[in-house]
Amino acid sequence: MTPRRRRMLFIGCLLLGLAAATALMLKAFEQNLLYFYSPSQVMAGEAPEGQRFRLGGLVKYGSVKRAEDSLDVQFVLADCEDSLPVTYRGILPDLFREGQGIVAYGQLSTGQNGRLFVADEVLAKHDENYMSPEVAESLKKPDGASCMPPGMLNAGNREN
Amino acid sequence: MKTWFHQWGSPPHFYERAARWTPWFSVLALVTLAYGLIGGLVLAPMDYQQGQGYRIIFVHVPSAWMSMFIYTTLAIAGGIALIWRMKLAEVYIAAAAPLGASFTFLALLTGSLWGKPMWGTYWVWDARLTSELILLFLYLGVIALYSAIEDKRSAARAASVLALVGVVNIPIIHYSVEWWHTLHQGPTVTKFDKPSIDTAMLLPLLSMALGFTFYFAALALVRMRLGLLQRERYSRWVSDMLNQSQVKS
Amino acid sequence: MNWQEFWAMGGHAFYVWTSFGAVAAVMLANWLLPVLQHRKLLDQLRRQSRRQGGQSR
Repeated sequence: MTPRRRRMLFIGCLLLGLAAATALMLKAFEQNLLYFYSPSQVMAGEAPEGQRFRLGGLVKYGSVKRAEDSLDVQFVLADCEDSLPVTYRGILPDLFREGQGIVAYGQLSTGQNGRLFVADEVLAKHDENYMSPEVAESLKKPDGASCMPPGMLNAGNREN
Repeated sequence: MKTWFHQWGSPPHFYERAARWTPWFSVLALVTLAYGLIGGLVLAPMDYQQGQGYRIIFVHVPSAWMSMFIYTTLAIAGGIALIWRMKLAEVYIAAAAPLGASFTFLALLTGSLWGKPMWGTYWVWDARLTSELILLFLYLGVIALYSAIEDKRSAARAASVLALVGVVNIPIIHYSVEWWHTLHQGPTVTKFDKPSIDTAMLLPLLSMALGFTFYFAALALVRMRLGLLQRERYSRWVSDMLNQSQVKS
Repeated sequence: MNWQEFWAMGGHAFYVWTSFGAVAAVMLANWLLPVLQHRKLLDQLRRQSRRQGGQSR
């Protein structure tokens, strides 16, 4: 074996080992790498109990209720399977609207009718589609999207 | 092929040729960047969701692509430098790493300036943003290793190893938005089905990306010539070249 | 679209123009620095070789 071949082999092994180690590590820390949990994950009890975490979903159409005398706002975050009501007090991002992807940070509590997510931070998660308002208007479905757009929650589908 | 490889690998030959290539890449960069800027800032329509603010995409996405592309070339050059001990590959690593670091910095900065009005925050620790920040640290590590070691051959070897090791981060950055829930949206242009972006936006975006690539090619050559001259300042071909230019002038 | 609207960027002027400005500044600096450095190094090497050439001949 020439020295050059040996170096080649060494580098090949180095990269292979590294890739394997990284893949294992990422697999092990998978839960921590999730930036948010989806409503169906929370309902299935996968979110940490009694701890603050992030909840991500689409704002359900017709679910936004704003208080008249304060910054309190109530809405429902949904994915394709489940939904969860959220309360928040504060200024919402510009992109906040019905049908928009939203990531809320807060804690699960029990409301009058079951589970309630109390958020103290709300971020907008926009999708990866860029188009002019005219095109968007022509694509709009009468009832609006009621489910996550592809790309919003791909990690959940990966297991299937 | 082999002679071509050897010719290009020879420092004086490269030093001379690179000077001739730089203006061509520069002109190409200027043309594509000019079209990209006009197309992106003026001709492209506003976005249905983000209004005019989305136009940051025309600098953010090309910067981010360059940051990953340049790191990949660093790793390849690192492999060549380690296996074939090619001097030009070592010079390339030292020349390209600062350019890659600046593109990474710009991607993070413009992304942050885009995130504030749209997401509602300058920064979050999601998988995409964090892995891109790690990329910046990898670049800084490569630069620091190269400049900290006195003997430039061993310096280049150390930097090559780091460039190779760090390359595992590149697929992580790319797939982070698909593997894990992130605040950052998924890929627009590089996904398998049709890019989900208006053609009037896509063309200037691709033109900007092309412009950034040409700009990088031109500057990599400029920096490689400088690095070569610094490293070989006491060698025969440099003094020959200096004497010749003095006779001429 | 008139110029005033163009600079206003729909209310996102600060974010858009800071981004484009920062990119332009970094790219310009990245261009100028190595060119100037190269010129300086060549000057310095020429002076050195002239001095050495004068001594040896």
